[in-house]
Amino acid sequence: MNYVILIFGMALVTYGIRAAVFVLGERLTFAPIVRTALGFVPVTVLTAIIVPMTVAPHGNGAELTWRNPQLVAAAVAIVVCAATRRALLTIAVSLAVFFVWQLVVLR
Amino acid sequence: MNAKNNSAIKELAAGARDTLPMMIGAAPFGVIFGTLVTASPLTLWHGQLMSLVVFAGSAQFIAVGMIAGHASFVVIWATTFVVNLRHVLYSATLAPYVAHLPARWRWALAGLLTDEVFAVAYTHYQKRAPGETGPHYFLGSGLAMYLNWQAWTLIGLFFGAAFPGLKSLGLDFAMVATFIAIIVPQLVAVRFIAAALASGVLSFAWQGWPYKLGLLAAVLVGVGVGMALTLIEGRPRGRNAKERTQ
Repeated sequence: MNYVILIFGMALVTYGIRAAVFVLGERLTFAPIVRTALGFVPVTVLTAIIVPMTVAPHGNGAELTWRNPQLVAAAVAIVVCAATRRALLTIAVSLAVFFVWQLVVLR
Repeated sequence: MNAKNNSAIKELAAGARDTLPMMIGAAPFGVIFGTLVTASPLTLWHGQLMSLVVFAGSAQFIAVGMIAGHASFVVIWATTFVVNLRHVLYSATLAPYVAHLPARWRWALAGLLTDEVFAVAYTHYQKRAPGETGPHYFLGSGLAMYLNWQAWTLIGLFFGAAFPGLKSLGLDFAMVATFIAIIVPQLVAVRFIAAALASGVLSFAWQGWPYKLGLLAAVLVGVGVGMALTLIEGRPRGRNAKERTQ
């Protein structure tokens, strides 16, 4: 039940953002500085989410070592993506590295 | 009237057809989302409900991660808000093309506006003058994406329920890989790299803050770093240049 409230709250927030401009129309305009700030939102949010998951996968401090499969596979993902710009290839290659690292290299 | 209906259906079908590549691209994310739900405190139908009413991939991923991390609802809502703010840019870009439509159309289209639908609809509208095109192409693209997301979520939920050991393999790395594939192509200038680095390092440093507030604070500082560098770079070039000199 509680999670239903959470989910509908998320829906309301998301729908409000999507509908605001379409429904209010001309009455809602954005200063250039706001547009600039919005442009930085995706990269900062997504990075803030994945860095702790990658650097400290067990939640007890940084694991900056080659024995951390999250970190190794994330580094591979960055290289593949920077080189090819292909999302699905990036995900496929880094997931493969992630599993191989866990099941083969660290055995 | 009949001819008008025919062209509406044609437009609807064209919108759906042009969205097909995006639908294929979203499939693995739907499956991963569904699978992550099975490894979280949420029940299966919660996962499908989220896809049905929220319909925003990255926000859904993040919410499941935060629920597992026992974040408070208010922080999850705030994060949803921040993560989905980019949609304001999409709707502002598409607004001239829907402004002439009745309100019920604008409400409906807004609900279907995702990254993918924006990309498809905008490509279509760009070739035409504002006010000239009907809403059916946009609707077709949005409905196709919506149904596609529901179907892949459902498959992921069953998949995760059938193989409960997936979580111990560290499947949440799929989310990391997905996000890297979104972030890296956006790092087109030093200011974006600096903003991302600042927010990543601080988010790690501030992990211990209650209710995951450290994450929101890190994002704010990251955006601040990006803004500061934009201002330092002085006369802005490119897309925003014209707006600023007005």
